[in-house]
Order: sequence, then C-alpha cells, then structure tokens
Amino acid sequence: MRDRSELEVGKSNLPDESELELGLGLSLGGGAWRERGRILTAKDFPSVGSKRAADSSSRQGASPPRSSQVVGWPPIGSHRMNSLVNNQATKVAKADKEEEEEGEGKKKVDEAKDVSMKVNGKVQGLGFVKVNMDGVGIGRKVDMRAHSSYENLAQTLEEMFFGMTGTTSREKVKPLRLLDGSSEFVLTYEDKEGDWMLVGDVPWRMFITSVKRLRIMGTSEANGLAPRHQEQKEKQRNNPV
Amino acid sequence: MKEDRSEMAAKDVELDPRSAAISEPLSSSSSSPAAFNAVVSAGNKSRSCKSSLPVTQPPCPGHVLENVLENVLQFLTCRRDRNAVSLVCRSWYRVEAQTRFEVFIGNCYSLSPSRLTRRFKGVRSLLLKGKPRFADFNLMPPDWGAQFAPWVAATAMAYPWLEKVNLKRMFVTDDDLALLAESFPGFKELILRCCEGFGTSGIALFANKCRQLKVLDLIESEVTDDEVDWISCFPEGETHLESLSFECVESPINFKALEGLVLRSPFLKKLRTSRFVSLEELHRLMVQASQLTSLGTGSFSPNDVPQGEQEPDYASAFRASKSIVCLSGFRELTPEYLPAISPVCANLTSLNLSYANISPDILKPIIRNCHNIRVFWALDSICDEGLQAVAATCKELRELRVFPSDPLEDSESPVSALGLQAISEGCRKLESILYFCQRMTNGAVIAMSENCPQLTVFRLCIMGRYRPDHVTGKPMDDGFGAIVKNCKKLTRLAVSGLLTDEAFSIIGEHGKLIRTLSVAFAGDSDMALRYILEGCPKLQKLEIRDCPFGDVGLRSGMHRYHNMRFVWMSYCRLTRGGCRDIAHALPSVVAEVFGSDVDDDDDNADYVETLYMYRSLDGARKDAPKFVTIL
Repeated sequence: MRDRSELEVGKSNLPDESELELGLGLSLGGGAWRERGRILTAKDFPSVGSKRAADSSSRQGASPPRSSQVVGWPPIGSHRMNSLVNNQATKVAKADKEEEEEGEGKKKVDEAKDVSMKVNGKVQGLGFVKVNMDGVGIGRKVDMRAHSSYENLAQTLEEMFFGMTGTTSREKVKPLRLLDGSSEFVLTYEDKEGDWMLVGDVPWRMFITSVKRLRIMGTSEANGLAPRHQEQKEKQRNNPV
Repeated sequence: MKEDRSEMAAKDVELDPRSAAISEPLSSSSSSPAAFNAVVSAGNKSRSCKSSLPVTQPPCPGHVLENVLENVLQFLTCRRDRNAVSLVCRSWYRVEAQTRFEVFIGNCYSLSPSRLTRRFKGVRSLLLKGKPRFADFNLMPPDWGAQFAPWVAATAMAYPWLEKVNLKRMFVTDDDLALLAESFPGFKELILRCCEGFGTSGIALFANKCRQLKVLDLIESEVTDDEVDWISCFPEGETHLESLSFECVESPINFKALEGLVLRSPFLKKLRTSRFVSLEELHRLMVQASQLTSLGTGSFSPNDVPQGEQEPDYASAFRASKSIVCLSGFRELTPEYLPAISPVCANLTSLNLSYANISPDILKPIIRNCHNIRVFWALDSICDEGLQAVAATCKELRELRVFPSDPLEDSESPVSALGLQAISEGCRKLESILYFCQRMTNGAVIAMSENCPQLTVFRLCIMGRYRPDHVTGKPMDDGFGAIVKNCKKLTRLAVSGLLTDEAFSIIGEHGKLIRTLSVAFAGDSDMALRYILEGCPKLQKLEIRDCPFGDVGLRSGMHRYHNMRFVWMSYCRLTRGGCRDIAHALPSVVAEVFGSDVDDDDDNADYVETLYMYRSLDGARKDAPKFVTIL
C-alpha cells in the first residue's frame, strides 16, 4: 500500500502505459523482483561502456550540497535552501583560502559558485528529471544535482522503485549492489538531442548536463542497446511519443 | 444582499460568518454578505476577541442611527466582530463597509478586485495572500499566478488613501511597485513576504517615490539583482523610516548610502540587513543607531582579517544598544564573534540563529543569559545538548523552530527525541513549535503534549519518510494522537513519520480547533482522509502530498469545501473524473488541476498530479496559465 503512495505519477511515454489502471492493482509489492531488482548501467556492458570517469566524482572535492531526492521534501522553503547552499559555497571558498591549495582550491570555489548560481536562479525543477520504469505507470523525479556519481544515482533509483517494504515494522531496505550484472533492468537516458543511450558511457558531469529523462527498462528490451545501435532503438522508442 | 432583515437579526449573536454561508445559496450574480465575509475574514487571527456590541433588532434605520453607528464602529477593529455587524441589516452593512479600513484576503483568487472595491470604500490597509504554502517547496510550477497587478490597478482607482500593503506569496513586478508608489501619496508601509517577480530597480523606484514611507520589509522574497543601487534612491533629508528589512536581497549594498540613510532616519527602530553587510559595517551602523529595537545583523563576519587593536569593540556597540530585543541575521557567522551579543541577551525576546551553523559549545554561553526569550529559531547544529541548554534557561519560550542544517532524508540529525523531551520539560509555556529531525519517538511527543498544554502550533517534520518510533517500532499514531487530545488549543498541526489511518481518526475526533493541517507520506487509505474531513470542524486549510487518498476520500468532504479556504492534494490518487464531479457539484468552489511538467502534452489519462481547490465568489480566474486546468 504504502509503496504506492510514495510514488509520484508523472507522464510516461511508455507504449503500454494505457493498459495500466492507476491506483488499482498497481503493485510494486512483487517481492520477487524487488529483492533481485537492480539497475544496470553501461558498466554492465563491458563491450560498450568506456572506462567510467565516475571516479572523477571523488576528485570533485566538496560535492554540491545534496538537496532532497524527492521533490519538495523535506519541506524547507526555497529561500532557506538557497541560503544553506550559499553558506556551504562560502565555507568552501573560505576553506580554500585557508588551505592555499591553488589548483584544487580554485576548482572547488568555481564549483561552489557554480552551485550557488544554479540555485539562485529559479529553483523550480531545474535539476529534476523524470524517471520511468517499464511496467510501472507512474514515474518519479530525481534531482540530478543531488547526486555525485552513477552509483549514487543508481542507489537512489533503486530505493525509489524497489526500496519500500509494506510492513509496519519498517527497516530500511539495504541498498542493493548495483553492478552485479544479473539484474533484469537497465538504466537508460534521453539526452539533449533526443537520443536514448545507456547510462554510464560518458563522464558523470557531462551526463548530468545532457540528461533530459531517465528510463529503467527490461534487459531483454535493452539487449543490444549500445551507442552504435542507439539510433535504431531511438526510433523504436520515440515512436509512441 | 439579503433583504430579509428579520431572518438575519434572529441569528445568534456569536455569528459565525462561515456557518451563515452554508445556509445561503450562492449565485454568481448576487453573493451574500456572509459569503463575502467568509472569504474576507477567513484566517482571522484575532480569535479571542469578543463581541461587545449588543446585537438587537434595530429600529428603522435613519440617518441619525447611521452616524451613531459610524462613530461606534470605528472602535471595532476585530474582523470577526465586523463581519457579524455587517450581517445585521442593510444599513449596518453599509456603515460597516464604509468604516472598515483594514481588509484581509486570505486567498487572492477567492474574489475579484472589483468586488473588493465595490463593497469597501475607504480601505487604508490591505493584506493579501496568494500562492498556497506548498508552492514554497517547488510543488507548484512557476508562473502559476497570484499577480498583484490587478489589485494595484483596482485599488489605485478606488483607494487614494491606501497606506499599507502586506503581501504574502504574490507575484509583484517592478511596474506594480512603480504604480504603487505613484498612486498613493500617503503610502506608509510595504511588507512583501515570500514574494517574487521584482528586482532592485523596482525597489529603487518605490523607495524614491514614497516620501511618507515608514516601513519597507522584504522578507524571504526573491529579489532580482538589476544592479541598481536602490539604497541610494531614498529621498534626501530626514526620512520617516521606522522599519527597513532587506535580509533576503541577494545583491551587494552600497554601504555608505546605507549608513547615510540610517543617520537621517531618527525614527528607525527595526533594521535588518543582508549578508552583504560585514561585521565592521554593522558596528558602524549600530553606533549611529543605538535606538534600534530589532536588528538583523547581516553576515556577522569581518571583511578583513582583524589587526589587533584596530578591531572594533563589537561588544561595546551591543552594550550601547540598550533597546535591542530582537536579533536575527548571522548569515555567515564567524563563531568566535558571537559572544559580542552577550550584553543584550538578557533583554532579548526574540533570537533567530537559524542561518548560522552553531555548535552547542558556541550556543551555551550565549543562551545562558537569555532568560526572557520568547521566540528562538536555530539550526539543528546546536544538537540535543543545545536544546537542553535552551530548556534550562528559556522559561518564557513561546515559539521554537529547529531547522535542519543538512536537509536530506538520510543524514545524521543532531537533534532527536532527547531534545524535544528536554524542551517540553523546560519550556512549559511553549505555544508553537517547528521541529525537523530524522526520527522520533512517541514517548517524546506524548511528553510534549502533557508538558505543554498551551500549544497552538505543533509541526513535527520527521525527515525520514514513513519512519516509525525508532525505539518501539510502532507508528507515530500515539504521539500525534496525544497532541490532539491534550493540547486543547491546537490550531495548526503538521504530521510526519509512519502514520496509520487510526492516527487520523484521532485527529479528526479530537482536533476540534485545528484550522491548518499538513499531511505528507502518511495514512493507509481513503479512510484517513474521511476521518479528517468528517471531523476537524474548524478546518480551513488542508495540505496533503503523497498520500494514498483518492476520489472516495475527496468526496467525503463535499459538505464542507465551500467553508474552507483551500484544499491542496498533490501526488495522491485522485482522478480527473473524481475532481470534476466535485467541481460540478460545488459551484462556489474552484478546482484547479495541474502538474509540475510544463512541457507535457500527452494526456496521461485520468491522473491528477496536483489538485488545488478553493472557494471563490467570482468563479474561475481568467489568468490561469495553460498548464492549469480549471474543472
């Protein structure tokens, strides 16, 4: 029950979406795939993916302050949120002055400024992209700015779509290992040009600037989805839209 | 307007305009005064005022009576009383309309500006609220509405003597500000809370034109940086300024001009500067304006590295400011300077440290002296230990707000049940609390319900969604249940954590005075919504998100929606059909349906992402953007 309530209904361009009855029989409660569910990224397709520079996230220094993964939660006014961001940005800048690490420091300050500039603009929906999952009629949104790496993102997505148990004595479901390779699901994304690609091909920072929306699809459908095949898949996928 | 005087006069003296509205059918051509009163007075905060006016059947209204009435009514300021008076008979209605100077409109879309100007002829002060609160959390698309423009246009024509405008969550443009400044020669007070749409150029123009200005308060608003030196635009010579607040203006300030302004504002009592005012600059201001009662301290951080004796004596500036009772700011606090405020601590009634990341060790020596504090806002960085210190000293505390320094679901929150328990034991006079934490226990909440019977506002935000009592593993039903049962004066409640339908059954039954209820990620089924709507007799504002409530639950409130200011439901299980049914059944209610995706045109069938429903005298608004569907 509860896992349904936490899902936000977004728009979906899934071809079979019309068959789903919203709110009824819409069960994410299927324990089977919940336990096994994991999201594959390009890393799971060693032939396709380039060596991921997701590790670059560790070199990002002070990562931008993470906002909530669910839009508007916790309920902090955007004014206060912006101020928290500014605070962090200034602290980073000050810390850098003290550390006197010219190269690193400059990078951090730039990034911190970058964050504060982004946030000082219209906050509405800026970092949020929609995520749809095959077989699920209702979508979610994730804040791309709130994540620092593919692993981070995959973890969030796993929690969103698989994470909630239905029992009253709740324990947080342990985050499932993302990259074990035997999952039924693959994570793909639509980029600025409208192409659908496997997530994980490009460095993280490039990814977050070009991702428009995300889709978790079944491995069978994704079979063969790779940069060199992506034009074909793109046609198939974009048709129903 | 009601013709039947006898029917009106026969009504109970303690007339509740809203209940009167139920019995009178509304039509768009003639809306009853009771309904008008309801929208114009909903949200009335002066609950405790009693009507001292004996309402009896008046004799034939004559001119003499009206004059007498006018003189008497000017003493009547309470909205509720005025509404009662206006329902007595036509003549009283007329006189009341002529003598009402202060108008409160809780929802700018509940009536049109022309309706306002038709009824009231001599308005001097207008308080207008626009967007609902959930808009603050990015749950509403931009450009939704709540424009001030039509209001300023209408009032410019109708009320040349308008003096005060207080706006909350409205969209105000620079042009609006310009028109405001030009249209009202005697304009005195402008307060913009949580507004947007204007910039420093609008402020500059406004400041320049309003020669009688006493109050300019920009609070938590988004002000575009047009790179205009607005502070320099205040007119030359002595000003009438009593309050100047610009903490939220995110652009550098011309300090020299600010200093000059303060110097020529002898009546200035409240000065709240932005973070662009350094500690040294603050010092200079304080030295010039030792009469201040309320000070927003800006960054509270020195610009330059201090050079020994050349550093100003900040403590002595505070010592000299004997009138300060309210402190805020500390936007970029350098903690070692905080003790400078010690000289004023004993006099402080309000202290806002919620923009400063302060550890318990920094807080404790300060708070130890704040015996008279009534309002305290802080970040959770003060930890349970800090809260314990507050509980030990601040026996007069009425309002506490603890904000998260790391607003994430899974972060380690430094405050917990321990802090809440300590506050409940130490601050028995507590009336209002907003508390963010990661997890909570029923025990602590129950303790608060028993120790603080004066609570009128209880807002607990357990940031981890669906979190049960972390000690017992049970839902938070018992805790919130105890709050509504024991805190008999409760008017505002925000719930969180794991909650079953049972919790709402208790809230519906015992929450007799609750006017505002906020629910997120809670409940098991429509029953929870039914309990709320079939109970809580005074409910005015209902905000819900991410709950398993559908059309059936929504339907259960049909009998009361016209009596409420608004209902907000986002990410629930409503369908268009269900909402449409309600909208068609209730002509006095406007039902707006929208999602946060502006560019989405595929009609995802029936699903409603957000429903915003409110009563309105003038039907659907004409300025709805295309992503809003009015059912």
